Amino acid sequence: MDIQTFVFFFLSAILVFASLRVITARNPVHAALHLILAFFTCGGIWALLQAEFLAIAIILVYVGAVMVLFLFVVMMLDINIDRIREGFWSYLPLGAVLGLLMVMEMGLVLGSKYFQVPAAQAMVPAGVSNTKSIGALMFTDFVYPFELASLVLLVGMIAAIVLTYRGPKKSKYTNPNQQVFVNAKDRVRVLQMPVEKD
Amino acid sequence: MDALMNFGQGIFGGVWPAVWTLIKIVLIVAPLMLGVAYLTLAERKVIGFMQVRIGPNRVGPWGLIQPIADGLKLLFKEIIIPGRSSKGIFLIAPMLSIAPALAAWAVVPFTDTLVLANIDASLLYIMAITSIGVYGVILSGWASNSKYAFLGAMRSAAQMVSYEIAMGFSLICVLMVSNSLNLVEIVNIQDKGRFADWGLSFLSWNWLPLFPMFIVYLISGTAELNRAPFDVAEGESEIVAGFHIEYSGMAFALFFLAEYANMILVAALTSIMFLGGWLSPVGFLPDGIVWLLAKMSFVLFLFLWFRATFPRYRYDQLMRLGWKVFVPICLVWLVVVGVWMMSPFTIWN
Repeated sequence: MDIQTFVFFFLSAILVFASLRVITARNPVHAALHLILAFFTCGGIWALLQAEFLAIAIILVYVGAVMVLFLFVVMMLDINIDRIREGFWSYLPLGAVLGLLMVMEMGLVLGSKYFQVPAAQAMVPAGVSNTKSIGALMFTDFVYPFELASLVLLVGMIAAIVLTYRGPKKSKYTNPNQQVFVNAKDRVRVLQMPVEKD
Repeated sequence: MDALMNFGQGIFGGVWPAVWTLIKIVLIVAPLMLGVAYLTLAERKVIGFMQVRIGPNRVGPWGLIQPIADGLKLLFKEIIIPGRSSKGIFLIAPMLSIAPALAAWAVVPFTDTLVLANIDASLLYIMAITSIGVYGVILSGWASNSKYAFLGAMRSAAQMVSYEIAMGFSLICVLMVSNSLNLVEIVNIQDKGRFADWGLSFLSWNWLPLFPMFIVYLISGTAELNRAPFDVAEGESEIVAGFHIEYSGMAFALFFLAEYANMILVAALTSIMFLGGWLSPVGFLPDGIVWLLAKMSFVLFLFLWFRATFPRYRYDQLMRLGWKVFVPICLVWLVVVGVWMMSPFTIWN
C-alpha cells in the first residue's frame, strides 16, 4: 500500500466517523464540531485528488465562514434533545424515503462505470494550475451560468434583508404626556431567572 | 548545500526529504517563537515609553530576559479546569488557536527562493488557514461555561466574520493587479513599473496605487487580530478578559502565543502584499530578507502604536465600520481598479 492510498483511507475513516457523529451526538455543539471536522477532512481528500482549489474553497467558505455562523447560532440555542426526539417515529417514513433517494443517486454517480455512463476522466497535465483553469473556464465557457448563480445569490441576500428589515428608526422623540403618567411598575420589571440549569 | 544534502541522504536514505522539511519547519518556527517572546517585551517597552514610563527593567539588562521569565512562570503554573466546563473542548481550544497561526507560515516567502512551500494558490491557502483561527476563540468561550467568556466569544465570532469580508476584498484587488495567487509572484510584480525603472521602486509597490485597500487591509488586520482598538473580545473593562478568562498557565500562554504569532503573520502579509516584501526601496541597494524584516517591524510598531493611542471601539461602531464603511469602499475600489487596468492609463502590464 503506497502512502497515497494510506492517506486516503485514513482521511476516509475520519470522514465516516465524523459524519456518523454529526447525526448521533447528543450535544448539538458537538455535532456541529464534527461537521466541521467532516468538512476539513473532505478538503483533505479533495487535495489528494489534485483539486486544490476546491479543497481550499471548502475550508475557506464552509469551515471559515458558514460553520462559524452556524456554531454561533447553535451555541445560543437552548436545545432539549429529548423534546426533539419525540417526533422521531412520525418523521421516520419521510426521512427514510429521502435517505434512500440520496443513496440511490450516490450509487448512480459512483457506479457510473458499471452502468456504462461515460464518466468524466480527470486528466491533469503537469504544470497546469487547477485554480487558473477553473478561473479561465468560469469566465469564458461558463460565464452565463456563473452570472446566473451570482444573481440567485444576490436575490437570496436581498430576500434575507427584506425579511429582517424593520423599517428606519424614527427620531428619538419622547412624549412628555406619557412620561408624566408613567408608573413605577411600567419602568422596572424584576424577572426571576434560574442561574444554572441541570 | 549540496554536501549537506548528500550527508542527509547518506544517513536517512529515502525519508530524507521528510526530515529536511521538518528541519525547515523548525528553522521557521523557532525564530518565530523567539520573535513572539521579544514582541511582548517590545510591546511593553514601546507602550511604556509612549506613556512616559520605563517598562520592564528588572530581569536582565534593560529587562531583556523578561519574556523568558514570563514564559517559565506560565509553564510552571497550574492549568485549572473549571468544574462544569466541557473538558475536552476546553483543552482543544487553545491548540485550535495556535495551530493555524503556525500553519499559515508554510507558504510565507522570506525571499524569492526562501519559502517552505511555494504553491500556486498560496494567497487562498493563507486566507483559508487564518479563517480557522476563530474557532479557538469561540470554543474556548463556549467550553468555559462562563458568561463573560461566552460574551467574548460571541463578540469575537461576529467581528471576525465581518472583517474577513473587507479583508478578502482588499486581497482580491491585490491579486487582480498581480494576476496571480502566488505570494512570490505578487512580490515580484511590484518590482515592475515606471518608478521602479527610475530606481524609486518604493513608489511602484502596491501601497500607492491600492492605497485605500492598504488602509482597509491594515485596519481589518488589526480587527482580525482582536487587537486594540478592536479588542472587544477581551474588553477587560466590560467582560474582564473575554474568552480566556478561565484559562491559566500554559493554556493561557497558548492563546497569548497565537495572538502574537498572528500579529507577526499579518505584519508579514502586509509587507508582502502592499510594501514590496523583500524588495529594496531604492534601486542602488540590493534586495534581501533584511528589507522584509524591516517592513514587518514597521507594521508591528504600528500595531503597538494603535494600542497605546486609540480607545476601544463601541461594539455597534465596530460593526458599522466593517459593514457600512469598509465593504462599500472595497466594492468601489474593486471597480476602479478593474476599469483602470482595462483603460489605456493602466500601469500594470
